[in-house]
Amino acid sequence: MKFLPSSRRVLSAYVIIYVAILYFPVLLLPVFSFNDSATPKLPLVGFTFKWYEGLAGNEAMHGAAWNSLVVGIIAAFLSTILGICAARAMTRHRFRGKGAASGLIMAPLILPEIIIAISLLVVMLSMGLQLSLFTVILGHLLICLPYSVTVLVSGFEGFDPSMEEASLDLGESAFGTLRRVTLPMLAPSIISSILVTFTISLDEFILAFFLSGSEPTLPVYIWGQLRFAAKLPNVLALGSILIAASLVLLTAAELLRRRAERKMAIRP
Amino acid sequence: MTALPMIEIKNVDKVFGNFRALDTLNASIGEGEFFSLLGPSGCGKTTLLRMIGGFDEPTSGTILIGGKSMAGIPPNLRPTNMVFQSYAIFPHLNVFENIAYGLKRLRLGREEEESRVSQALAQVELTGLGPRMGNQLSGGQRQRVALARALVMRPKVLLLDEPLSALDKNLREQMQVELRHLQRQIGITFVLVTHDQYEALSMSDRIAVMFSGQIAQIAEPKEIYQNPATRQVADFLGGMNFLTASDVAVNGKGFKAALPGFGAISGHLSGKAISDPAQAIIGIRPERLRIVWEGETADPMISGKVVDRNYFGEVTSLVVAIEGQAEHVSIVETNDFGADDIPVGSDIRITYDPDAFVIMQG
Amino acid sequence: MATASAFSYGKEQHLDPSAPTLPGVRTAREAPVMRFMRSEAGKGWLTISPPLLYAVLLLIGPIIVIVANSFWSQDYLTIDRTFTLENYKAALTEPIYRDLLMRSLFVSVTVAFVTVILAYPVAWFVSFHGGRYKGLWLFIITVPFWSGYLLRILSWKVILGYKGVLNSGLLYLGVITEPLSTLIYNVNAVIITLAHSWAAFAILPLFVSLEKLDRSLLEAAADLGDGPVRRFLRITLPLTMPGIIAALMIVMIPTVGDYVTPKLVGGKDGVMIANAIQVQFGKASNWPLGAALAVSTMVIVSLLAGAIVLMLAGIKRLLK
Repeated sequence: MKFLPSSRRVLSAYVIIYVAILYFPVLLLPVFSFNDSATPKLPLVGFTFKWYEGLAGNEAMHGAAWNSLVVGIIAAFLSTILGICAARAMTRHRFRGKGAASGLIMAPLILPEIIIAISLLVVMLSMGLQLSLFTVILGHLLICLPYSVTVLVSGFEGFDPSMEEASLDLGESAFGTLRRVTLPMLAPSIISSILVTFTISLDEFILAFFLSGSEPTLPVYIWGQLRFAAKLPNVLALGSILIAASLVLLTAAELLRRRAERKMAIRP
Repeated sequence: MTALPMIEIKNVDKVFGNFRALDTLNASIGEGEFFSLLGPSGCGKTTLLRMIGGFDEPTSGTILIGGKSMAGIPPNLRPTNMVFQSYAIFPHLNVFENIAYGLKRLRLGREEEESRVSQALAQVELTGLGPRMGNQLSGGQRQRVALARALVMRPKVLLLDEPLSALDKNLREQMQVELRHLQRQIGITFVLVTHDQYEALSMSDRIAVMFSGQIAQIAEPKEIYQNPATRQVADFLGGMNFLTASDVAVNGKGFKAALPGFGAISGHLSGKAISDPAQAIIGIRPERLRIVWEGETADPMISGKVVDRNYFGEVTSLVVAIEGQAEHVSIVETNDFGADDIPVGSDIRITYDPDAFVIMQG
Repeated sequence: MATASAFSYGKEQHLDPSAPTLPGVRTAREAPVMRFMRSEAGKGWLTISPPLLYAVLLLIGPIIVIVANSFWSQDYLTIDRTFTLENYKAALTEPIYRDLLMRSLFVSVTVAFVTVILAYPVAWFVSFHGGRYKGLWLFIITVPFWSGYLLRILSWKVILGYKGVLNSGLLYLGVITEPLSTLIYNVNAVIITLAHSWAAFAILPLFVSLEKLDRSLLEAAADLGDGPVRRFLRITLPLTMPGIIAALMIVMIPTVGDYVTPKLVGGKDGVMIANAIQVQFGKASNWPLGAALAVSTMVIVSLLAGAIVLMLAGIKRLLK
């Protein structure tokens, strides 16, 4: 092995420590979710599945999981559809005011969530709308959209605009071009966008907390359980399941994105 | 001009914001003609080609194809097909599916479709490559697939947007010959966009030279080369010697001028209208100046001094100072008689065809 | 090239332009609206309109409503819509709100700078030494961020708690004899937790700006006699300043309104403005006051962001 220059070794060591600290809290939850102790503390005392077993018969938790699934799937599909429109306009059209329009669509990425949450809450309550999963979906759609746009913009940038022109040139209609060229070329990005936004929605707390009314999503359910110290190990178990689910979904999205990149690349 | 006009471009303007990309263009392209749009990047040649294909609309003016106005007609309904600069080969389809892409809309039936595609494959010499995926082709193969995919639609006009610029030199020269042959064989109109003057000269029936949104000259390659309309055209084609002149006068079909070092000369206008003779420029191509070897004599004959020599293999270019001429003049001689051995600094004698002088708008 | 005679080029075409005029395609004068829709700008606006409309209706609309609310007043459950500045007076002068606002700004600015300073070397490493694995590195670094906002904060509560992992571990190892009470329920705990949560957000813009940096500029600077430190100060830092500014903003602005972190690990001393806003929309139910707090926070954090951008632009000019 080659001996690295010392400044490079210091940098490498720093990066390794940095990444370790990033992961430490995230990996801690699963570790304690298998620990046979009612409070998470060191040393670890023994291995158990009982905190996971405790989740099995929990009707309220199942209801929350179902709510999260419904909200996540609908928000993911709708934000991806809207994201396709936005990403297409941003990458394929030139028009005055594009910067402002894109900025507005991307704004939820940088706004404090509490601001979005209270504004939506006030408007929905003033309009006499009952807080429900529907209102959560409306909120999640807003914050998922920037992520969809980001994923899909790189999807659109990944293929040559003259592909679509070539299709039109060969006699295909605009709709036929969408079906035969644009969507197949964009498919990996579309699936990636659905997976990423589903994950965002699954993990989102603030908007769901303000807008869900009597139908909690999983994070809102977890929040409620935090009041009871005795329930903490069960919460850790549930949290570990959520983390695992997010990881699987995101890895799938990443692998898809890479495969698409390889597929679209021109090999001479 | 050949036969009937296939494409007519009438007073076409294109404005992007404050930028006038095309300025009142007029041109007529004949049926079966190989027509090139030649110019530097940004001159508007690609914009014009895309308008013929339907990818851009003129801001004002009309484009007619086969006598029909194309205003508002989208690309998929025009009798034109395009070979894109990037080729735009669909990477998710194989070569066969790429070529059959447009045929699918025509619902010809499987047999007819297959026979057309295999004929097209044979035509571009890609037989047997049908199952290869679009992203596994070499540059030259992609170019051929793009060509076959367009030609299989049997267009009235084939549009080619710098189709050879991505290929390396040898392949490019080979494809120039093949494209020219193909066009002769099938006899449809080709409109080629290129910034390579040799490509345009070697392939075209006629060339339109464009600068900053305007057509400077439309003519046959020989005319463009030997008798450029403006100094800009001559500059772009390269090589022209621009000469110091005085007393330039235009009368009828000819012109007269006094050139220091050369004496009084005259030439033909060749149909050009020179509005302001005082601003006109006189030039001569380097290969029209010849060296008078020792023991020979010629009329007319002038003298000069070699200041530099550049060797190009079959020819040598001599840079010669001629008394009275502000700029050095270059002479291109074949190396058969030893032009590559003339030492720098030697005095030489030069002759020329008195008809070889060209007058150009400044 | 082979048999061209088998084809009858030019004779056949996919569609005859002389065919009856197509619907929607008119060659003569058309309505200005139709003409706009067919123009490049028109197509662009038409394409972007569904998501744009959604953002206008569910982001701009509600924010306008909140701003309007902040100038009204509330008496029990009825809203009085006469214009008043009382809410702003309360939000900006009452010590409780003023302190919370100051603390929130302090926390968000500190978190932003800490995050960016700690993240910069990592972004540098990935960009300069990542080689073929840049994408993999970015994925590895961003994964913890995707593990759920609430759960990340919960982890820190578990780590820093009085009977938590850190205290129990140190006790077990004999480093301390009784649990440290200074780990959790203070501003530091909030800052640590937020800095961890937002790390990935800071790395991405920094990485992008480092990727854009033309490597030959550094070689040119070295060639002209600059050592590594001068190269960094004179070339890398000024040219990646846009990324630094973006990273600071993308961390600072959202964290100023964080609700969960102060609630879970901040304790009494770590309460932030978002907690006060939530109370006004929940238990206390004073929407106009809550709205004024929210609007004040946004305006002040925007001004602060502008000041930081100007300051960094000034520093960039000094680095020559």
